[in-house]
Amino acid sequence: MSDLSEQGVGKPVRRKEDFRFITGNGHYTDDISRPHQTHGYFLRSPHAHAKIRSIDTKAVLAAPGVLAIFTGKDIAADKLGGLICGWTVHSKDGSAMKVGPHPVLALDTVRYVGDHVALVVAETHEEAKSAAELIEVDYEELPAIVSLADCEKPGAPQVHPEAPHNICFEWELGNKAETEAAFARATKVVKIDLVNNRLIPNAMEPRAAIGEYDKGTGGYTLHTTSQNPHVARLVLSAFVGVAPEHKLRVIAPDVGGGFGSKIFIYAEETACVWAAAKVGRPIKWTAERSESFMSDAHGRDHLSHAELALDANGKILGLRVKTIANLGAYLSTFSAAVPTYLYGTLLSGQYDIPAIYVEVDGVYTHTAPVDAYRGAGRPEATFLIERIVETAARETGLDPAEFRRRNFIRAFPHQTPVIMNYDAGNYDASLDKAMEIADVKGFAVRKAEAARRGKLRGLGYSTYIEACGIAPSAAVGSLGAGVGLWESAEVRVNPTGNVEVLTGSHSHGQGHETTFAQLVSSRLGIPIDQIEIVHGDTDKVQFGMGTYGSRSGAVGMSAIVKALDKVEAKAKKIAAHLMEAAVEDVVFQEGRFTVQGTDKSLAWAEVTLAAYTAHGFPSSEIEPGLKETSFYDPSNFTFPAGCHICEVEIDPETGVLDIANFVAVDDFGTIINPMIVEGQVHGGIAQGVGQALLELGVYDNDSGQLVTGSFMDYCMPRADNVPSFRLGFTKTECPSNPLGMKGCGEAGAIASPPAIINAITDALGIRDIEMPATPARIWKAIQSSRPRAAAE
Amino acid sequence: MYQFNYVRPKSLADAEALLAKADDPKLLAGGQTLIPTLKQRLAMPSDVIDIGSLKELAFIKVEGEAIMIGAGTKHFDVANSPDVKKHIPALAELAGMIGDPAVRHMGTIGGSIANNDPAADYPAACLALDAKIHTTKRLIAADEYFKGMFETALTDGEIIKEVTFPHPEKAAYMKFPNPASRYAMVGVFVAKGPWGVRVAVTGAGQNGVFRVKEMENALAKNWSPDAVASIKVPADGLLSDLHGSAEYRAHLVTVMAKRAVAAAG
Repeated sequence: MSDLSEQGVGKPVRRKEDFRFITGNGHYTDDISRPHQTHGYFLRSPHAHAKIRSIDTKAVLAAPGVLAIFTGKDIAADKLGGLICGWTVHSKDGSAMKVGPHPVLALDTVRYVGDHVALVVAETHEEAKSAAELIEVDYEELPAIVSLADCEKPGAPQVHPEAPHNICFEWELGNKAETEAAFARATKVVKIDLVNNRLIPNAMEPRAAIGEYDKGTGGYTLHTTSQNPHVARLVLSAFVGVAPEHKLRVIAPDVGGGFGSKIFIYAEETACVWAAAKVGRPIKWTAERSESFMSDAHGRDHLSHAELALDANGKILGLRVKTIANLGAYLSTFSAAVPTYLYGTLLSGQYDIPAIYVEVDGVYTHTAPVDAYRGAGRPEATFLIERIVETAARETGLDPAEFRRRNFIRAFPHQTPVIMNYDAGNYDASLDKAMEIADVKGFAVRKAEAARRGKLRGLGYSTYIEACGIAPSAAVGSLGAGVGLWESAEVRVNPTGNVEVLTGSHSHGQGHETTFAQLVSSRLGIPIDQIEIVHGDTDKVQFGMGTYGSRSGAVGMSAIVKALDKVEAKAKKIAAHLMEAAVEDVVFQEGRFTVQGTDKSLAWAEVTLAAYTAHGFPSSEIEPGLKETSFYDPSNFTFPAGCHICEVEIDPETGVLDIANFVAVDDFGTIINPMIVEGQVHGGIAQGVGQALLELGVYDNDSGQLVTGSFMDYCMPRADNVPSFRLGFTKTECPSNPLGMKGCGEAGAIASPPAIINAITDALGIRDIEMPATPARIWKAIQSSRPRAAAE
Repeated sequence: MYQFNYVRPKSLADAEALLAKADDPKLLAGGQTLIPTLKQRLAMPSDVIDIGSLKELAFIKVEGEAIMIGAGTKHFDVANSPDVKKHIPALAELAGMIGDPAVRHMGTIGGSIANNDPAADYPAACLALDAKIHTTKRLIAADEYFKGMFETALTDGEIIKEVTFPHPEKAAYMKFPNPASRYAMVGVFVAKGPWGVRVAVTGAGQNGVFRVKEMENALAKNWSPDAVASIKVPADGLLSDLHGSAEYRAHLVTVMAKRAVAAAG
C-alpha cells in the first residue's frame, strides 16, 4: 500500500474495513459483553389494538434468574418523556400535525402487534424470555384499522384520540391555482393510481442495545445499533430525559446495515439504558429476527392518485398528486418528513413542469411505525413521476425516451415549483449513455426473438433525480426540522505524522474508513494505512448528525475538507517558520513543504513532529500542536440524477420474470472510490428489485396481525433474483460543495423500481401492475388482459 | 427454546427404547424443521432423541430394481449419489433442490417424510415412485403413508428406517418455488414404471401431497406433454395465500406436469 498514486481520490481501493468484517473480527453491539451484564426481553402486544386493563407481574419476579420487570407505569412514575418525532409538519389550514403520545412502554393501550408492553431483566436471555411468559396481561381487544384506503373513513377504528379520522396532517405543496389552470388548458390528461408497497427493512444485523450506568460517576453508556449516535444522545437527553447530555455516552460500534431503520430512537434502547440504573447492572438486548419484522420502522406504504396535464406536443403543463401515506401507529423519529418534504419536493423529476400541486394525508394505522427507508420519500416520488411519464408517453404515442427529452430541464440552476433548486445536471447525457449500454436499438430484434420462444420482452426507463446530501440547516429548519443537518469533523495529526479523523458521519456498510482515508491521503500525501477514521462514539467525536440521506460524502467529507484546509494552513505556517521563509512562499505538494524557487524542503512528518516539539515557535504567532476541527453546513442539497433501463423477459405460462438486462447510468459528480460507488449502486438496485418484484409487508385486514413476520413469507432479494448490472457514469460536478460530490447511497433504490415496472407493463401491454410484481400477479395480469389465452 | 432432555442413542434399538420411555419425546434427525420450531418456542418436548448420527440409518443401496435409502441419509448425499443419479436421476435432482446447501447437508429423507410438510419435495417423489417406507414396526406403501398436512401413518414410537424407491422407466420433478421460502409452491413428480404412471403434486394441496388420476390415465395412454397440457385440476382444495391463489396453483400444476413429462423424455 505504499504507492500513493493508487490510493487517492478516484481509485478503486479495496475496503480497509473488510478484513475485520469477513474474518469475524468486527465488533457489533451483540459481540460486546459488559461486566456483570444482564439481559432484557420485551413482552410485546399480540394484538393490533387493545386496552390494557391490568398487568400482573407477581409470578415474574419469582421466576429463576429474574432481576426486575418494568412496565409503562414505572416509566411514567419516573417522569420520562415519550419518543418523539423530530420534524413538525403543518396541515393546509396551518395547524400543526396531530401527535398521539408514544410512550416507551405502553401505558393503557397497545396500538400494533409488537408494541412494547414490559421489559423483563434477568441473568440470561432465556430466563428473561421464559419469565415474560408468566406476565398476565388483561387485554380488552379493540377493533383495528390497517387499511390505508379505509383508515380515514367515518367509523374507522381510531388509533389516537388526538387525531380524528386517523389524520395526522393534511399537507400540501405547490401552487394549486396555477396547476388547475394548467389542467384547464391541457389537450390531454393522463391519470394513474399507484400503490407504493410497504417494505420491512431487514438489515443483516438486528437492532441491539446495551445500557449501563456507573454509580460512581453518575454517567450512562449506551452501546447501540445507530446510524447517528449524537442524535440518539440528544433525543434521549433533551426529550426522553434519561440523563443529561454530558452524562450520557452513546456508542454505535460496527453496525451491520441500517438503510434508515437505525436512524431512529426506539423504545428498546431507551428502556435498556434507563433501566440499567434501576437494576444497577448493564442490560443487553438483541432483537430476534421476528422482533425486527414487528418493530423496526417499516418503509414506504403510499396510495396515490396522479394526473399529468399535457399540451398537443407532449409537453408537460402540470402535475397534481393526492397521496395517502401510512405513518403507522406512532410517529417515528423522522416519519413526518418522509412523505412530505422528502417526497413532494422531488415530484418535478428531471422535467420542466411549470405547475405542480401535491396533497399528502399522513395517517395513523394499527401497524408498526413507518419512517425513512433507503431513499426515504424520493423512491416514492420517482416511482410516481416515472410511472406517469412512461404512461403518458405510451398514451400519446411517443417513444418514452423522446417524451422525456421533450420535457427535460436543460438550463441550470432550475427552480422547480416544489421548493428544490436543481444546481447542475445533464439528463440527455445519462439517457444517451444508458440507451447505448442497454442497446435500445437492438431491442426490437431481441423482442421478436423472445416471441419466437414464446416469451414476452419489455423495456422500461427511469430517468430519475433525487435530492440528497441532506441538508442545508436553514432550509430544513424553515420546513419544520427540529435539528440542523450540517456535519462536523476533526483532524488530529500526531507527532509522527499519522492522522486520526474523527467524523460525525457513521459507517454501517458504506466504507467510510476507506473513502474518507483516500481523501486525506490525497490531501496530505500519506498512505491510507496511516489514517484512522474514527466514528460512532459521542465521547470521541465532538458532534455529528450521522449517516442517512446519502449525506456522508457531500456533507461529512466536506467537513473533513474544511478541517484539512485548516491543518494545511497551520502546517505551512510551521514549515515557513522552520525554513525561515514567508508562508506565502511555501507550497505543500505530495507530502512535502517546499519554499518556492529554492531547494528548501521538509517532509510532512518533519513538520508534524516540529508541531509538537514546538521548539522556538514564536508563541504569539504559532500555537503548538496540529489538530483542527470544522462544522460544515451545506448551502444546498445535491442532485444525483441518471437513467436506469430495465429489460425483462416473461414466461407467460407461469408469470416468471427474468431481468434480461439492467443498465444504470448515474451522475454522482466527483467519485472518490469507483468500486465502492458501484457496490452502493448494486446494493441499491438489489433493494429496488426487492421492492418491485419481491417484497411486501402485509397486515391482516381483520385481525391486524403481521402476516409477513418471517422470511418464510417476506421475500428478500437473493443473488439469483438480480442480474449482473451494467453500470455507467456521467459527471456534472456539484457546485455547492468543495469536492463536487453528490450522493450515491440511495440512487439505486430510488431509480430502479419504476424502470422494472415500466418494463413489465411494456412486455405485457398493460397499463399498470402493482408492486411487488410477483409471478402470481404477472400471471393474473396476463389472464385479465388476454381472457382468450387463459381459456385455451 | 424450552428445556428438554437431550439424548443421543447408540443404536436404533436404543432410540426405540428411549422413545417408549419418554413422556413427550421428539426425534431429531437433521433438525431443519425441529430446531427452528424449538427456537421459536413452538414446541415443548420432554425429550429430544437425536438419531441424526446413527450410522445404521445413513446408507444408499441398490438391490435389484430398487434403491434403498436409509432414513438418516442427508439430502446432499442423495443428490450426489452415483447410484441415485444412475437409476433415478429425478430423485437426485429433487434432493439437490431442497433448501440451500446448509439445509442439504443437515436435513434427512426420513426427517422430511416424517414431518410431511405440505410444501416438502420428497413426498411427491415417494408417491409418484410408489416408494415403500420401512419403519421399526412395518412396511408402509407411500399411498397409505401420507395422511394430510403434517400427518402420516406413523404411530407413536415408530421410527422410519429406510425408504425403497423402485427404478422408474421415466421420471422427472418440476418445482415452482415459493418466491420467499423457496419451498415448493407447486412441485410435480411424474413417473412411469412397472407400477404404472403416477403424477404426484406437492406444495399445492390443503391436505399435502396428492395424485392427479386424470393426468395419470392420460399419460398411461399417451406419455407426452400434450397429454396433460389441457388437464386442469380443480382449485378447490388447493392452498391460497399471499404468494399465490388456488387458481394460480391449479394452473401451475398443469404447467409443471407438462414440463415434467417433457423433462422425463
